[in-house]
Amino acid sequence: MKLLTLNFLTCAIKTCKTNASSFPLHPRDAELEIQEADVNLPFLKNILPRLMWEELRTICKELGLPDLPPTPPTPTDLISGGNSTDTTEGRTQAEQEPSQTAKDLHRVLLETCIQEGKLVCGCCGHEYAVKEGVANFLLPGHLV
Amino acid sequence: MLPTPSTSHVCFDRVYEPAEDSYLLLDTLSSSTESAFLSERFLQSTAPPLVLEVGVGSGVVLAFVAANARSIFGRHDILTLGTDINSFACQAASQTVSTAVKDEEQHEERSIFLDIVNGDLASSIRPHSIDVFIFNPPYVPAELPDFSRHTDYNAVPEGKTKTSFEQDSYLLELSYAGGEDGMVVTNRMLEQIPDILSKGRGVGYVLLCAQNKPDIVKQQIRDWGSGWQAETVGTSGKKAGWEKLHIVRIWKNDD
Ligand SMILES: C[S@@+](CC[C@H](N)C(=O)[O-])C[C@H]1O[C@@H](n2cnc3c(N)ncnc32)[C@H](O)[C@@H]1O
Ligand SMILES: [Zn+2]
Repeated sequence: MKLLTLNFLTCAIKTCKTNASSFPLHPRDAELEIQEADVNLPFLKNILPRLMWEELRTICKELGLPDLPPTPPTPTDLISGGNSTDTTEGRTQAEQEPSQTAKDLHRVLLETCIQEGKLVCGCCGHEYAVKEGVANFLLPGHLV
Repeated sequence: MLPTPSTSHVCFDRVYEPAEDSYLLLDTLSSSTESAFLSERFLQSTAPPLVLEVGVGSGVVLAFVAANARSIFGRHDILTLGTDINSFACQAASQTVSTAVKDEEQHEERSIFLDIVNGDLASSIRPHSIDVFIFNPPYVPAELPDFSRHTDYNAVPEGKTKTSFEQDSYLLELSYAGGEDGMVVTNRMLEQIPDILSKGRGVGYVLLCAQNKPDIVKQQIRDWGSGWQAETVGTSGKKAGWEKLHIVRIWKNDD
């Protein structure tokens, strides 16, 4: 499962949802796999406002991945040469090249996958298993 | 007509095979009225919409949306996420959606497929994060299967190489049996909708059959409170009595 997916998941136990510590879920004993995909620069620029940056940084730390910058990048940071004096003005979307920041973000969000391991709720401590890349959120109690 | 995603790799002994209900969802979501509605609601200048399908089965519906985002939303940068209670469906759908997305040759025009998670309805979804919700539920008025066997039946039995016949029957029952009025699972899902839809722009599409009493269901949704709307935006099987299928669009108009 992709790390970007964790941006949209929380503990399945109802009473946890109102508690801030139920998000994000914390990966534990995770086996990671890189599944390569093409960098999609327009998408990366557009997704920035939807990212829970602090939480994403926490997940990366917990997985032992390289630190993400303390503040989220801006759309310009994602374009190669975006901060140079030769600004991107006049260049069409198609001509823009992803910067190293964009490539790093792409790797974290969309290429780094948890294949095996657990996701742990910070509120109730429940552990959800991840097997063959699929997370299991079924609760025994709910299935009675 | 937009192409239907391939599901030829899916074993329909334990995963719901695309049928009239699935195709009605495809036709409705890509109809000119719905694509106009969705394109207007999710303008290119806004953050990418997240599409959640609960009960993905083979993945045919989610894959269709992922592969045809440009036609349906007027933009390609959508995110897709799915859930199913059946772990075999999760594996199958994951393959269906990723294959359908990879068929788009223009790499920068590909939509973003997240994952399929194994879970009950939308219980693991972060509140108010879903922009487009899709559900083709188990809607047939038939007794619900005995869930106490779920954990055992949700995986290939230990020491075996394949699933048993009883196991497959159970998994297929999950895909159609909806309890009283065929509404037991759907009602549990409807309850979660106001909590998962994003504020201001969230919209849901839920399939109902005539025996689910769609008019009553729509009125119940409107009674959720100010601004909630429910309208039939697609139908099929008009002459077939109780089999008649409806797609109900659920959304909230902010006043
Ligand atoms: C009618 S089938 C629809 C499959 C597919 N979406 C389609 O349209 O072809 C219903 C699906 O819902 C799943 N399902 C049933 N109960 C569920 C629950 N409580 N949570 C998640 N999925 C469920 C079944 O396993 C099945 O795949
Ligand atoms: Zn919890």
